Amino acid sequence: MKSREWIPGMLIIVALMGFSKLSPSFFDINFLLANSTLYAEIGLLAVGMTFVIITGNIDLSVGSNMILTGCLTAKLLESGCPMIVAIGAACIMGTVFGALNGWLVAKLELPSFLVTLGTMAFYRGVAQAMLGPASVKLPPEFKGVDGYMFIGLPWPLFIFVMASLVCGLILHCTVFGRWVFAVGTNEAASRYSGIPVDRVKILAFAMTGFLAGVSGLLLDSRLGIVRHDLSRGIELDAITVAVLGGVSILGGKGSMLGTFLALFLIAVIKTGMGLGNVKAEYQLTIIGVLLITAALAMNFADLMQMRYKSKKRTPVSPA
Amino acid sequence: MALKLRAREMLPVVFLVLVCVAATIKEPRFLDPKSINSILMWMPLITAAAMGQLIVIVMRGIDISIGSVIGFSAIAVGMILRANQGLPVGLALLAGVGIGAVLGMVNASLITWGKLSPIVVTIGTLTAFRGAAFLLSKGEQIDPSMIPDSLTGLASSGLKLGPITLSYLLIIALLVSGLAAIFLRYTQLGRDIFAYGSNPEAAHLRGVSVKRITFLGYTLCGAAAGLTGVMYAGRFGFVNPGTAGLNFELNVIAAVAIGGVKISGGYGSVFGVLMGCLLLSCINVALSVAGISADWQMVTYGAIILVALITDGVSRSVREKRLMLQEAQ
Repeated sequence: MKSREWIPGMLIIVALMGFSKLSPSFFDINFLLANSTLYAEIGLLAVGMTFVIITGNIDLSVGSNMILTGCLTAKLLESGCPMIVAIGAACIMGTVFGALNGWLVAKLELPSFLVTLGTMAFYRGVAQAMLGPASVKLPPEFKGVDGYMFIGLPWPLFIFVMASLVCGLILHCTVFGRWVFAVGTNEAASRYSGIPVDRVKILAFAMTGFLAGVSGLLLDSRLGIVRHDLSRGIELDAITVAVLGGVSILGGKGSMLGTFLALFLIAVIKTGMGLGNVKAEYQLTIIGVLLITAALAMNFADLMQMRYKSKKRTPVSPA
Repeated sequence: MALKLRAREMLPVVFLVLVCVAATIKEPRFLDPKSINSILMWMPLITAAAMGQLIVIVMRGIDISIGSVIGFSAIAVGMILRANQGLPVGLALLAGVGIGAVLGMVNASLITWGKLSPIVVTIGTLTAFRGAAFLLSKGEQIDPSMIPDSLTGLASSGLKLGPITLSYLLIIALLVSGLAAIFLRYTQLGRDIFAYGSNPEAAHLRGVSVKRITFLGYTLCGAAAGLTGVMYAGRFGFVNPGTAGLNFELNVIAAVAIGGVKISGGYGSVFGVLMGCLLLSCINVALSVAGISADWQMVTYGAIILVALITDGVSRSVREKRLMLQEAQ
């Protein structure tokens, strides 16, 4: 299983080596940090996505959740609501929107793909119906979170690092985390062994929603203005990051370290391609091909590992 | 049993009636030939693409890449037409089917031989094919002057039934639906697809070649999307590599899901999908006729998908409870 994290890890090194020929600033940590800040929002969504995918589900609505929370928060701030209250409200709204997905998936036993496809249209649709083509400006004191540093990291990046650390601990070091893996590996068996499967699913979706709410806040603050049609397709970016990081779309396999590394891989590659004047459209193709190649490589690694294990086992097994 | 199966297809019909009644009460112009024509204009693209998606979803798969397949095929055929202006429309449509089938085969090969999950593959090719469309066109759009009148004529003319026009695009889409219905119902491969969708292991044991039907399914889905690409060029009269077919996959999957197709595979019908497509078209036109801004379109889509899902989920859990009670007695 650990072989899965090696792939993004090694690719980062290869990418850094390759791009350093293009520009020596690829060994400049400040340059890398400044450029990774743009990807903190995708990162937060990918951290949540890791949980949801490991339980064997998928959440396509994260991007819409993020935009709806962003728009509602902007409206709240516009109407003169104090900043702390608005931030708290954003976190709660995101969590509620996420939990609603989880509730539909767990309690009504509906396929997560369809439920979140529906809420993807619904959440963004509410934002669109509310705002129309207009955009909402945020008050100046709320703007520019990405310009401030905290212990050497820009704030959005710091939040992402903290979120992945905390979520990594939850995923790998708590009972709840083990339940998440168990539900994804074999739902029926988990139910029979007394794991509260429904609650695990709802919590996983709610966490994803919370993180989507936070990334909505980051987006608000970074751009200073929100419209309903921002960051379309960001859910696919988040899924790409999670899968690149070795999370199996079939559930039950994955790690937070993998997702964390994969986010930086995407950030490095996109920055490098931008620096090398690769057009945005070609970047699309490259990321798509990279996703499929990485998934193939992970399948291959799993296959090799299984062969290796079964070879070791052959002498013991009765003929 | 027959009644129960029917219920899934009745849902879009019920919605359809509700939407039409509500729209007519709000604005009687909804029943004018003009708005009926625009409903029929809205339908063909989504219907043609949905037939491919139906096949894939019945066999427990999904194809998210169709929006980009549509874009790529529209660009490629547009460029062919730009180079030879006199190309017959039939050949242009066939070229679209061929290009779509090749892209579908890329998905199919990765899923059958690469043993990757369809979601991962088609999310990857969604971006890859979109980029390829840009590469091919060098980022330039195909201008209206480059698309021959014979192709745009497919949208603007058709069979006239009194004041109502059945455009040739709609007729093509209905032909595709007919072919899909015959394929799924009366051919060995079609039955195999249902068998695999309802129970993959049993189908395998019964001798269904899983690789063959998987490959075929994604290729057909690509071919349908490729055809839709050419229809797109005819319908809108220009092709932009960035916007052609963008987010189309969501509309199509929504239509298929509302049409009563089980996303977990094994059940679905062409009739249901047609009703789903018609429902989406009616909603769109109803919104604009009733003077509700287009900003409400997406939230309505979302609400309809959710209501359809919840109805399905609630009715199933009620049925299960009843069964459990019966067993207890």
